[in-house]
Amino acid sequence: MRKTLLKTVLAGALVGTSLPVTAATEIQWWHAFTGRLGDLLAEQVEKFNASQSDYVVVGSHKGNYSETLNAGIAAFRAGEQPHLLMVFEVGTATMMGAKGAIKPVYEVMKEGGATFEPDGYLPPVKGYYTTPGGDMLSLPYNSSTPVLYVNRDALAAADLDPDMDLSTWEMVDAAMDKLKAAGQDCVLTTAWQSWVHLENFSAYHDVAFSSKDNGFTALDTELSFNGPIQVAHIEAMGKWAKEGKFFYAGRRNEGGANFRAGECAFFTESSAGYAGVKAEAEFDFEIRPLPYWTAAEGAPQNTIIGGSSLWVMEGHEAEEYKGVSEFLAFLSSSDVQAKWHQNTGYLPITVEAYEQTKTEGFYEENPGTDIAILQMTSKPTTPNSKGLRLGSFDQIRGIIDEELEAVWTGDKSAQEAMDNAVKRGNQLLRRFEKTNK
Amino acid sequence: MDKRVTFSGWWLPMLLILPQLLITAIFFFWPAGQAIYQSAFMPDPFGLKTQFVGWDNFTFLFEDEYYLASFKTTAIFSLLVTALSMGVALWLALMADRIIKGSGTYRTLLIWPYAVAPAVAGVLWLFMFRPNVGLMSWYLDKVGYDWNHVLNDGQAMGLVVVASSWGRISYNFLFFLAGLQAVPKSVIEAAAIDGAHFWHRFRTIVFPLLAPTTFFLLVVNVVYAFFETFGVIHTITSGGPQQSTTIMVYKVYSDGFVGQDLGSSAAQSVVLLLIVGMLTIVQFKFIERKVHY
Repeated sequence: MRKTLLKTVLAGALVGTSLPVTAATEIQWWHAFTGRLGDLLAEQVEKFNASQSDYVVVGSHKGNYSETLNAGIAAFRAGEQPHLLMVFEVGTATMMGAKGAIKPVYEVMKEGGATFEPDGYLPPVKGYYTTPGGDMLSLPYNSSTPVLYVNRDALAAADLDPDMDLSTWEMVDAAMDKLKAAGQDCVLTTAWQSWVHLENFSAYHDVAFSSKDNGFTALDTELSFNGPIQVAHIEAMGKWAKEGKFFYAGRRNEGGANFRAGECAFFTESSAGYAGVKAEAEFDFEIRPLPYWTAAEGAPQNTIIGGSSLWVMEGHEAEEYKGVSEFLAFLSSSDVQAKWHQNTGYLPITVEAYEQTKTEGFYEENPGTDIAILQMTSKPTTPNSKGLRLGSFDQIRGIIDEELEAVWTGDKSAQEAMDNAVKRGNQLLRRFEKTNK
Repeated sequence: MDKRVTFSGWWLPMLLILPQLLITAIFFFWPAGQAIYQSAFMPDPFGLKTQFVGWDNFTFLFEDEYYLASFKTTAIFSLLVTALSMGVALWLALMADRIIKGSGTYRTLLIWPYAVAPAVAGVLWLFMFRPNVGLMSWYLDKVGYDWNHVLNDGQAMGLVVVASSWGRISYNFLFFLAGLQAVPKSVIEAAAIDGAHFWHRFRTIVFPLLAPTTFFLLVVNVVYAFFETFGVIHTITSGGPQQSTTIMVYKVYSDGFVGQDLGSSAAQSVVLLLIVGMLTIVQFKFIERKVHY
């Protein structure tokens, strides 16, 4: 009698946790998403789990991007690594260097036999995560690119035409003067300053951020963002900061709070910020392409991505990898991608998903949401605009942040600050090269 | 004439201190030994390959002007946190010791902030002082003071010092109050009869009698400022602007866990180990001599 009772309780507990009773193969996926993005991710997982019975994907949140990467590294050292690890784009070089810890996606897909067409991915998205030979190492998951958010009400209040052309920094500069004169307190603010105003800026103006094709072809790459075009831009921004036109809110996306509250007229931020702005802004806003300087010959080239990709970790059974390949194929299917793109503002990572979103009429209903894609795909990529592949990049960004802050306060000139950032960053690159030789 | 209780053999005393020895060995000596060992290597993050580099990690550190600057930052930060948290706590304890009505409630309220974790305290202070949108920065703006700790290094340092000291004041308050209550009333009353006023009594009787407590708190607070303030700095400034609030332990974290440079991180831990060791020796050798138990 007692035994039966125990069994009933156990069975009840199992049903209660909604774990499938059949011995399906479990696939662990560690990710960095919470809130709305976390919900959307969980929805994808549920949909996949419901669609078949051989595999169960278990998603676990492990903190922010850096923390997730660290959790993956620590787990690998302890032999407890997940099958799939979400790694932000700046961690790409670290993961690529970890031969023996990762299993390239193209290999997983080939062995798993799932349908997979690497050519179906948008080139600037795919380029970031493939070898120079074209083999895809990790699966692009969420990718975005910086755009210009415009507060149309602020423009109108300063007697400017909200539809005015803002495609170049020269035009934006002129508009900023008028806005400032009309009493606009915060004219321009930004999120992710290094990503927008140096990394993407370099690609967009077709100048090298770092030697050896931005680190794509060799480990002995040296930073080169202290060139005249980048320095001129940072100098201009330093001047705007001094004149009170550019408001610096912080290293991450702190400026978003100011823009969404209606305090600022212009805001350079990831296209993925769209959902947040749309939900909170109580004013008329619009998305415009990132401005460029007409003085630069190559501009506008294309912008590059930010976001994360999924890396398959080494050390699991063949049967489990088969499940991974099916899950990855599911994630890149156009229905899943189109939905993800429309819900989040991240780019559709496949051409098919983009076409599907277009036919569904999404861009007509939500003007401006296709600007990010057009901005990235309008021209074939050059070695300067394929992406960045630098070791210790998270820390190099920290260095760039520090040096930029010195320019915003007026402590250093743009040239001094960029020279110093290059010098300090190169030291880290040399250490990275040494450990990965 | 030895009056102390002694053990006749070795095995019983050894057995009795064995648990303590084991804990010390496993949780202190082993990790410290690992740090020293690793500081001579440059491993890749995943531990797939590692190479012996000898003193290279240390020479790299001491050629880095930002690392050298972090010594100064750490010294200033620790000094300010210790002085502020102990000073305010002592003052509050003196006041709390004098009141009679409602002293229980008053004390309980003063102890509360200690229950708040450093990282949470950091977030709370950040909410208040967020440039443009924070409550305090908004009021400061109204009175014409431009608050932007994101760019102003002095303000950033001030904010992390205040946020780190805030929770600590409660802890110090508790010890100071206990110390004050242990001061014999008869001595104070005798001095009062002799005509010594409050501050005179404090200077000549209470403070010297409080010295053991003060010394203990000094040691504990310096160690706190060195290590446990990590959460506050991480949430408020992340070491910025321009590394002006990067104390040594924060650099250990950012090089090790953001930069994945475990060799350098281990070398920095060893340096930190030596500094705290020396600091403790100095405190016990020189300051403790002036303490009257």
